[in-house]
Amino acid sequence: MNIIVCIKQVPETTDVRINPETNTLIREGVKSIVNPFDMYAIEEGVRLKEKFGGKVTVITMGPPQAEACLREAMSMGIDEGILLCDRAFAGSDTWATSYTLAGAIRKIGQFDLIICGKQASDGDTAQVGPGISTHLDIPQVTYVKKIEEAKNNVMRVERMMEEGFEVIEVPLPALLTVVKEINEPRLPSLKGIMRAKSAKITIWTQKELNLDGQQIGLNGSPTQVIKIFTPPQRKGGEMLTGEPGDIAEKLVNLLKNEVH
Amino acid sequence: MDYLLTEEQKMIKDLAHKIAEEKIRPVAAKYDISEEYPWEIIKVLAGADMFGLFIPEEYGGMSVNVLNLCLATEELARACGGIAVCYAASALGTFPIVLFGSDEQKKKYLPDLAKGKKVAAFAVTEPEAGSDASAIKTTAKKEGNYYVLNGLKHFITNGGDAETYVIIAMTDKSKGARGASAFIVEKGTPGFTFGKKEDKFGIRASSTRELIFTDCKIPKENLIAREGMGFIVTMKTFDMSRPGVAAQALGIAQGALELAVKYVRERQQFGKAISSFQGVQWMIADMATEIEAARGLVYSTARMVDAGIKDVGKESAMAKMFASDVAMKVTVDALQLFGGYGYMKDYPIEKYVRDAKITQIYEGTNQIQRNIIALEIIKGMAK
Repeated sequence: MNIIVCIKQVPETTDVRINPETNTLIREGVKSIVNPFDMYAIEEGVRLKEKFGGKVTVITMGPPQAEACLREAMSMGIDEGILLCDRAFAGSDTWATSYTLAGAIRKIGQFDLIICGKQASDGDTAQVGPGISTHLDIPQVTYVKKIEEAKNNVMRVERMMEEGFEVIEVPLPALLTVVKEINEPRLPSLKGIMRAKSAKITIWTQKELNLDGQQIGLNGSPTQVIKIFTPPQRKGGEMLTGEPGDIAEKLVNLLKNEVH
Repeated sequence: MDYLLTEEQKMIKDLAHKIAEEKIRPVAAKYDISEEYPWEIIKVLAGADMFGLFIPEEYGGMSVNVLNLCLATEELARACGGIAVCYAASALGTFPIVLFGSDEQKKKYLPDLAKGKKVAAFAVTEPEAGSDASAIKTTAKKEGNYYVLNGLKHFITNGGDAETYVIIAMTDKSKGARGASAFIVEKGTPGFTFGKKEDKFGIRASSTRELIFTDCKIPKENLIAREGMGFIVTMKTFDMSRPGVAAQALGIAQGALELAVKYVRERQQFGKAISSFQGVQWMIADMATEIEAARGLVYSTARMVDAGIKDVGKESAMAKMFASDVAMKVTVDALQLFGGYGYMKDYPIEKYVRDAKITQIYEGTNQIQRNIIALEIIKGMAK
């Protein structure tokens, strides 16, 4: 089974700071890590390889330093790493990102499965995985919590719902986005880290991918962030006390006069 | 402080740190109470290749490097001194084979130990033979193609849980220390059973048992080196492993300091954090400085061993003695900084005091270490 895992490098903090002028993330002084949800995608890719054989390739789009997150994935048992790195890709929204990643996957050619984390911990959009499958015109299953079976080019998976789960059969090749319930990512081994450290990372630019210039980077991004803000905290409720009759009266008055 | 570590050493330290924080710290209290052997952590350490740090590459390890082993042990001990010793005791049980084993013995035993599929133990101590190793009573009598072992070892770390044991037994009692020999004995060998498991003050995640040999027949190929080499095997093994005990003590001290600093920054009295009081600050300064001094000594000694310098007995003894004395003092002071809360088992600090104590005792009490150090110095002056 040939598997492609798409990952993202994100700031290591849940307290993301925003530049109010540009509405972009402030990355300076914040350590970068592999998006935590992508760790489950990496682990699942490696587990499937261990079970069915084949090869797992990890792809990320980002600046040169994003190579570090490819090496981290490789220290966990991923075979190959590809970095999509070009100034022309800078400023991509989820459309342009998924278009670019899909282009790279087309260039790889033969694959059975694409795995992504359910969303990135910085942008939280959960759009890039589904976007890739749409660009490639292959089926997608989001929020996968378990792969039950894979045979005869069909995969049966459990898709997490708010209450319970769906069991879905999907023909391969397909794209899955996975949730944290699917596995417990392994720690890397010393030998894995050493191997990953000296492994060659393939770098593809716009020249290698030859994508439609109107669909990549800032120019190819239909989304414009107008404003990013933290919603105001909800104020505490009001407790009504007294006899039931009094409470009912107070409540009706409140509903009449205070609530619009 | 920068310890001038290589990229590889930083990598080992970082990975051990990650294992300690993510896997060990959350379960340290559980194993301290249950006294179960921490197999789940052993598996994690095995998967991370940590057991390869004391085994040559040609036998499946990462190469033998005492400083690397110290860095790993120190990080693990920051989170739990007991779990760290399960790991370090396997190194102790493996060193005799690495240092003196034949190629056949190495091929047979080291690959499984390097992968962490099996853990090892080293057995010298007996009820009547603690610091005085020449008083060993366990015997190994040659009969044809076998040696027959009889006797009792006690206080054996990893005893019962280890698969591979190196046992020191007397092949010729009349020769005293020179009549001791080292043997590899596998768990499950007929005549080899386990006695009582000790209920200990600290390092309770590690197992400590009696080993009982009753007409236990082992193939003569299991003799390490030659007959009569047992005492030398033991001394050279301890030279390699003592920096590891020192590193364990160092990790316990460092872990206690970190907990104490975190606590004094949070604890409010008289309207402010107690870290703002000079009396508290001076204690922190002393603790941190003593730890750095110990670390300098431990790393220097480990680097000497790795450089192949022959006589490291004095430095090994100094590192073990100093680091463990620092660990005892620092952990007691850390508990003091926690005040009444520190005395309660709901807080993690009292465990550090209990775990630290053993480092002053095992692999040669600190009094014995002082004997070694003083004798070396006096002998050196007499030359």
